Amino acid sequence: MSQQIWDWNYAFAILPLLLEGLGLTLVATVLGSIVAMVLGLVLAVLQRGPRPLAVVVRGFVELVRSTPLLVQIFFLYFVLPQFGIVLSALTVGVIALGVHYACYTSEVYRAGIDAVPRGQWEAATALSLPRSRVWTGVVLPQAVPRVVPALGNYVISMFKEVPLLTAIGLLDVVGRAQEAGDTYFRYVEPYTIAGLLFLLLSYPASLLVRRLERRVGTI
Amino acid sequence: MIVFDGVEKRFGDNVVLSDLDFTVAPGEHVTLIGPSGSGKTTILRLLMSLEAVNAGTITVAGRYLSHMEKGGKLVPADEKHSREVRKHIGMVFQQFNLFPNMTVRGNLIEAPTRVLGLSKDEANARAEELLDLVGLREKIDEHPSRLSGGQQQRVAIARALAMRPDVLLLDEVTSALDPELVAGVLALLRDIGETTDITILCVTHEMGFARDFSHRVMMFDGGQVIEDAPPQRLFSAPEHPRTKEFLKAVLERG
Amino acid sequence: MDNLATFLSVLAQGLPETVGATVGGIALTIVLSFAAGLALLSPSRPVRVISRIYVEGLRGTSEVVQLFWIFFALPVLVGFEIVPIWGGILVLGLNHGAYGAEIVRGAIQSVPRAQYEGALALSLSPAQRMFRVILPQAVVEMIPPFNNLFIQLLKSTSILSFVFISEITRQATQILVPRFNPQVLQIFLLLLLFYLVLSLVITAVMRFLERKAAARLGRGPSERARRAAVTGAV
Repeated sequence: MSQQIWDWNYAFAILPLLLEGLGLTLVATVLGSIVAMVLGLVLAVLQRGPRPLAVVVRGFVELVRSTPLLVQIFFLYFVLPQFGIVLSALTVGVIALGVHYACYTSEVYRAGIDAVPRGQWEAATALSLPRSRVWTGVVLPQAVPRVVPALGNYVISMFKEVPLLTAIGLLDVVGRAQEAGDTYFRYVEPYTIAGLLFLLLSYPASLLVRRLERRVGTI
Repeated sequence: MIVFDGVEKRFGDNVVLSDLDFTVAPGEHVTLIGPSGSGKTTILRLLMSLEAVNAGTITVAGRYLSHMEKGGKLVPADEKHSREVRKHIGMVFQQFNLFPNMTVRGNLIEAPTRVLGLSKDEANARAEELLDLVGLREKIDEHPSRLSGGQQQRVAIARALAMRPDVLLLDEVTSALDPELVAGVLALLRDIGETTDITILCVTHEMGFARDFSHRVMMFDGGQVIEDAPPQRLFSAPEHPRTKEFLKAVLERG
Repeated sequence: MDNLATFLSVLAQGLPETVGATVGGIALTIVLSFAAGLALLSPSRPVRVISRIYVEGLRGTSEVVQLFWIFFALPVLVGFEIVPIWGGILVLGLNHGAYGAEIVRGAIQSVPRAQYEGALALSLSPAQRMFRVILPQAVVEMIPPFNNLFIQLLKSTSILSFVFISEITRQATQILVPRFNPQVLQIFLLLLLFYLVLSLVITAVMRFLERKAAARLGRGPSERARRAAVTGAV
């Protein structure tokens, strides 16, 4: 291969593989986000629950937030098989991303829940609404719309952290770039394209989130 | 209907109510007056079980509110018991506290369908009837944020009435309203007072309203009832020096 | 747990790299945050545009990609290899500096308008206004979000294991896991503990600085700043 810095033929040749990897990156992001949104809400509500449980959940959230996602990925990847649980790299990745980000989204939900005025809880109590209905009918419908932009930001962050899963062999866009680079000993094109692909998706997405923020306000 | 027996309420070291006894007869309208911090609002909040007593008992229609009987002994009420007793008590708040995520209709049918088990049709019929009463029938599908403060408060009153409560608690319901909207809400409350036999406990700074609406006025100070009399007597010939002082201050201000 | 001592000592051998990368990364982050954050508020349009490109460019691409790019693509372009730990610090600083720039910009903009006007009324030069009046007030607001950013940076040092830097994550996965496979649970719990302690150290230092900075302004830490520290948006 020629010694030029940028080889267009090579760049186009590896593009399909990189796009395939990007597809897997997006799949991991979407699935991870679903876990993070649902589990985050559960963690937020539990922290409003009975005291011993709330303290345990709080401790878990703090631990996960204070330690690297990469280590948590390795943790699941190496430790789960010890208990006889063998999962694919994608599944491990989705669980790790989902749980890690759930600890962040739970804080967002908590802020949203705290922003619901106390009078709303009291009015619901005065009407004898059951506890579950107070959450689903009164508090969450007011709290969740306000936190959508913040949740959106975490989805974008998660998207950019999917490449950590190359560490356990997931062939996401960076995994594919690495593969191409190692095969042809040319790294400039694959990593540059990978970076541009991230920028191409995450920059417009973050502009969208900023517009949403202006619309609904931030917590 | 309502009996307070030796009730004490503290927030930390701050004793808000101490050894408080009083009763309210069925159908009676009682207004609580007194300086801020005298514990009036706390009484309503205890009745609504938004707060729990530190000592003493409260009964409503012969049933313990903050306690329940278990094996012949009084124990603190569990969630199920207090919900059961609460069903018969309605409350209207200073800040209306309508649910902004629901329409007026949603606010009115929420508890009747979810708590009383009414069908959608029954609850809707009840909602429409109550909105006729408060004069806001045409607003039934609006969101609360589109209504004025006075309109919101009238919806909040309708929402409380939709539960057909035996006891209605009114917590400074006109304090957050612009002055020109106060009269409409007070007229509605007078109307409700005349046409129903609901027991009403009311905390207000509207002395004119207290005078012609209530059967009895209780003057609070320092967590105690210091004077308890029919409004005609209490407003024209207060006996306790603190009452005199308070009424003078209120009349000068308003 | 008889291998605990081995685990501890092997992980501890990675500490110099982890701590060095964290401290170096934080130093570079602070420099870039202030440079780019002030540039974002510059009256000169080209300066604003350049710093905006830096901020969006680094926030828009993945940190792992930046790391690989600097380690595998950059040497081809510039013609020499980078000392791994310096490359690591460069990536950590560049990436987190882009986030820090927004913190600096936001804190400066949150200083009340009246303070600008007061400084203006005293005929202070623009530089004097910024460095003597505005920044000292803004810095107090910056400390809690910077605390979160630095903890993010500490956590990011783990990705240096991808480029053969023997920091603690690499020590665990490359040395301990293959040798003591049945005890991976203990190994990883210990590794997590290392990070937890390091992040507590960062928080302790930042709290100390916050008290110092607040005391210089004659006030306790602001309510808003404390809330930001708790909710910890990135």
